[in-house]
Amino acid sequence: MGLFMQHLCEPDTLCHHFLMVCYLAAIVWFMGLAFEPFTLRTYMSENAMGSTMVEERFSSGERALSLAKEFDAHKRKAGGMPMEWLVKAMQARGLEVFTQSFSRKLPFPDENKERYMVRGTNVYGILRAPRAPRTEALVITAPCSPGNSNNQAVGLLLALAQYFRNQIFWAKDIIFLVNEHDLIGMQAWLEGYHHTNITGYSPLQGRAGSIQAALSLELSSDVITSLDLILEGLNGQLPNLDLANLFYAFCQKLGVLCTIQGKLQRNDWDTAEGYTHAAQTMMLMVLKQACGRSWGDHGLFLRYHIEAASIRGINGFRHYKMDVATIGRLLEGMVRKLNNLLERLHQSYFFYLLPSLSRFVSIGYYMPAFGLLAVILLLRALDLWVNLGAPALEAVDGVTEAEQPSGPGVLTVLTPVVISHLTGVALYLLPVHLQEMAVEHFPVSETEAVVLTAVAIYTAGLALPHNTQRLLSGEGTEQGWKVLKLTALLYLAVLLGCTALINFSLGFILAVTLVPITASMTPHMPKALSALAMVLLSPAFTILYCVFIYQELIEAPVSVSEGWMLFLSVISQGILDHALYGSLVYPLLALFIYPCWLMFWNILFWS
Amino acid sequence: MDYYNLMRIFAFIHLLVSIPHGYSNYVETKAGQFFSSGHTNNWAVLVCTSRFWFNYRHVANTLSVYRSVKRLGIPDSHIVLMLADDMACNYRNPKPATVFSHKNMELNVYGDDVEVDYRGYEVTVENFLRVLTGRLPPSTPRSKRLLSDDRSNILIYLTGHGGNGFLKFQDSEEISNMELADAFEQMWQKRRYNELLFIIDTCQGASMYERFYSPNLMALASSQVGEDSLSHQPDLAIGVHLMDKYTFYLLEFLEEVHPASQANMNDLFKVCPQSQCVSTPGHRTDLFQRDPGSVLITDFFGSVRKVEITKDTINLTSPVEPPIQRSGSGDIQIESLTYVDQLPVAEIIHQKPKQKDWHPPDGFILGLWTLILLVFFQTYGIKHLKHIF
Repeated sequence: MGLFMQHLCEPDTLCHHFLMVCYLAAIVWFMGLAFEPFTLRTYMSENAMGSTMVEERFSSGERALSLAKEFDAHKRKAGGMPMEWLVKAMQARGLEVFTQSFSRKLPFPDENKERYMVRGTNVYGILRAPRAPRTEALVITAPCSPGNSNNQAVGLLLALAQYFRNQIFWAKDIIFLVNEHDLIGMQAWLEGYHHTNITGYSPLQGRAGSIQAALSLELSSDVITSLDLILEGLNGQLPNLDLANLFYAFCQKLGVLCTIQGKLQRNDWDTAEGYTHAAQTMMLMVLKQACGRSWGDHGLFLRYHIEAASIRGINGFRHYKMDVATIGRLLEGMVRKLNNLLERLHQSYFFYLLPSLSRFVSIGYYMPAFGLLAVILLLRALDLWVNLGAPALEAVDGVTEAEQPSGPGVLTVLTPVVISHLTGVALYLLPVHLQEMAVEHFPVSETEAVVLTAVAIYTAGLALPHNTQRLLSGEGTEQGWKVLKLTALLYLAVLLGCTALINFSLGFILAVTLVPITASMTPHMPKALSALAMVLLSPAFTILYCVFIYQELIEAPVSVSEGWMLFLSVISQGILDHALYGSLVYPLLALFIYPCWLMFWNILFWS
Repeated sequence: MDYYNLMRIFAFIHLLVSIPHGYSNYVETKAGQFFSSGHTNNWAVLVCTSRFWFNYRHVANTLSVYRSVKRLGIPDSHIVLMLADDMACNYRNPKPATVFSHKNMELNVYGDDVEVDYRGYEVTVENFLRVLTGRLPPSTPRSKRLLSDDRSNILIYLTGHGGNGFLKFQDSEEISNMELADAFEQMWQKRRYNELLFIIDTCQGASMYERFYSPNLMALASSQVGEDSLSHQPDLAIGVHLMDKYTFYLLEFLEEVHPASQANMNDLFKVCPQSQCVSTPGHRTDLFQRDPGSVLITDFFGSVRKVEITKDTINLTSPVEPPIQRSGSGDIQIESLTYVDQLPVAEIIHQKPKQKDWHPPDGFILGLWTLILLVFFQTYGIKHLKHIF
C-alpha cells in the first residue's frame, strides 16, 4: 500500500490524469458560466423597492445644460473647483451647503498629478427631508474634473437638487456632492463624514445621518446614446445586486439603452457570437474586479457598507439619442425608489458576476471553478505527505527496530521561506523608499524610478536560489525539497483560498496561472524548460497577460511596447492605490504571492 | 234594490271596522319584524395588522370599511379602529393627511374625522384579543373597549399578510386560527355578541375561519387556502398599490348600500367573483342560525334604527317571533343554551392522545432494561454484586 501511494501521482498515472482533468474542468466550468442557460435572470429582491411604479416628472433638461455651461465657464476661470459659484448655486436651491478642504501627500507623483501634494475642495449640499428625522441619507455625486469632462453631470446635479427641493415625499436627506480630484477627494469626504480619520482629515461640519445608498454620475455630453453602469469597487468589492436591478428596471421603463462594461446585451445566446459576447463581458468584469482598484467614484463607499454604483453617459454612434431630461427622470425614479427603503439593501447578492445586465451568476455557481483548482493543490499536498511518511513504513517493514532516517533540518526548509519573504518585504517597501536615490543616479522620473525598482527587485529574486545554496552548508536532500514543497503548496492553497473568498477574480486568475506550475514542480524536471515555464507563469507575467487581454476585450488592442508601458503604469497605479486608498492587491502580490512563487523557484533549483 | 243598498252599506261598514284591525295587524307584524334579527346595537372592530409604507393598501382597506360603516350609521363610539401604521403622515406620502383608495386620487378614505383607537405599536395580538374578550385593565379608556352585550351585532374586519392558519401582526408576531376561534368562544360564553360577521382580506384567508366553533358566526374571506389575495391597482404619483382587490370591490358594493337598503348577505357573498378577484372568495355560514338570505347588510354594517310611526296603541301581547329557522337544516336541534364547564378536567386527564404512528408496546421498554441488566450481570459476574449489596 505504501509503495502504491508513493508513486500515485507520478506522471502518467491515474492521479496525475485526474489532476489534469480537474484543471480542465475548472477552466471549462468558468467559461461555461457565461452560457445563458446556466445563468439566472436578475430580479428585484427588496420588497420595499417593489416595481418601478413611480411617476417621473423631471423636465428641466435645458436648465441642466445651461448650468453645465456656467459651471464650465467658472471652472476655467478658477482653474479648478469654482467653489464660490457652486456654494451660491446650491444655496439658491435651498440646500444646506458646506465645503471641505483637503490635502494629501502622494508617495510618489502620479503621471496625472505630477506633484507630491494634492490640494482640493469638496462642496456638498444637503437637502433636508421636509418631515423626516435626520437619521438616514442618500448621496448623489458628480466629480469636478479638469477640462471638458463632467460639466453636464454637475449641471444635472444642480437641476435635480432644485426639482427635489420642491417635493415633500423625501424620507431621507439627500446629499449632493461635487468632489475634486476624483477618488482622493471622495476618500477625504468619506473619512471626514464617518470620522475614520486614517489619513488625518478633520470631521465635516455638516452631516446628514447614516448613508443608505450612493450614486455617482459621469456625464460629459449634451446628448447620450447609452448609459453604462459601473459596479466594481475597491478590492473588487461589489454593491448589492439590487442596485443594478433597480438601474436596469428603470432603463427598461424609460426605454434607455443601458450597458455594462460598455457592452450592450445581445439576444442570441445560442449562437457562437452571442456566447463570446457574454463571455467577453464577464471576462472584463473579472479583470476589472481582479485589479482591485475602484473603477468609479462610487468604489470607496462600499467599504462603509454603503451600496453605491457609478452611472456614465456614453455618446456613441447610434441614431437614437437621449437628452439630459431622460437621465434626470431615470435618476429621479431611482432615488425615489431608494427613498422607500427601510433598511440597507441586503436582500440580494453581494458576490456575483454579470455576463450581461439581465443575467447574473451568483457565488454558489462560480466558486466550484476555484474549488476544482484548490483541489489540485490539496491532492498534491496529500500525495507528498503520504510520500514523506512512506520511507518510514518501508523501514518498519524490513527491520523492526531500524532507526528512522533523520528528517531534513528545520533550517533547510526555513531558510528559503524566510529569504523569500524578506525578498517580498523588499519588493513592498524599497521601491517607494528608494525613489530619491534612484532619481539621483538615473535619468528617470519618480514614477518610473519606483516601477523600475520594483521590476529590478522582482528579477533579482530569480537569482536567489543559486546564492542561498552557497551559503548553506549541506546540499539539498530529497526529503528537504518535498517538505518545502508541501509547506509551499499548503501556503499557496490557503492564500488563494482566502483571496478567492474576498475577491474571487483575483484568486481565480492567480490560481489559473500558478496551480499548474506549482503542482507539478520538482527539481528533477528539465531545468531550462521548467524555469522558462515558471517565469512565464509568474505573477508579474500574469499581470502582463491580463493587460493585453483587457486591451483586446475593450477593442483597443496594443502593440508590445505600448503594452509594456501600460504594464508599468498598472504597477505604479497599484502601488499608489495601496498607499492612498488601502487597496490590497499590491501588498498581497508583493508580500505573499511573490514569496510563495519564489519558494517554488527554490525547489526548482534545489540540487 | 233595498237589499242591494243594504248589502253595500253593510260591506262598507265592515270595511271601516276592519281597517284599523288590519292596520294594527300590519303594525304588529312590523313590530314583530323589528326584533327578527335579535340585535339592538352594532359594533365594529376594524384591524389593519401590517406596517411599512409598501403596505399602504392594508391601511386603505381598513379605512374604506371604516368609512362605509360610519356612513351607514355606526358611530365612532361603537367602532374600534386599529391601524398598525400611519400612512397618512408617513414621510413618503406625497399627499400628507390623505389615504386614497382609488387611483388618480378619487376617494380619500382618511377624511377629516377619522378616529383611530389603537395606533402603531399598540396593534398587537394581545391587545386585539383583549379587546375581543373584554379583559382590559381598568384604566383603559372607553374608546378602546368593545362594550358589547348579548344583543350586539359585531362586524370584525381583519387585513394584512397572512398564511395558512395564521395572520401576521406587525412583522413580529402571529395570531393563529385556533386562537381566534377560542376568542370568539370566550365572547360567546360571556354573552358579548348576538351575531358576529367576520371578514378577512389576506392571502389564504379561508384558513382563518376554518376552526370556528361558536354559534352565530358568519365568515367571509378573500381567498381560499393555497391562494394569494392580490392587490388592485398602483398609483404612480404615490408609488404604491392602493387597495386589495377584494376590499376594492367590497367598497364598491358597499357604496351602493344605504341605510334603508334591503341587500342581504347573499349579495355580499357574490362580491368579487374569481373573474375579478383572481382568488376565490369563500364564506362560512354553517354556524349561523338565520338564513343568510334574510340577513340584511345593514344588520352588520350599519346601525339602523327602525322607526314606525303609529297613532294607535299596539298590543304586544303576542310573543316575539322566534328567529327564523333555516330551511333544509331542520335536523339540527337548537338546544337551550347552558354554560360549559370552565375547566373540563375529567376530559383532559382521561383522554389519551391519538397515536397516528405505530408505537412499540410499553412492555418493550421494560424488556429492554431487563436485557441490559442481564447483560450487565453476565459481564461482571454475580460475585461483584456482593460488593454492591
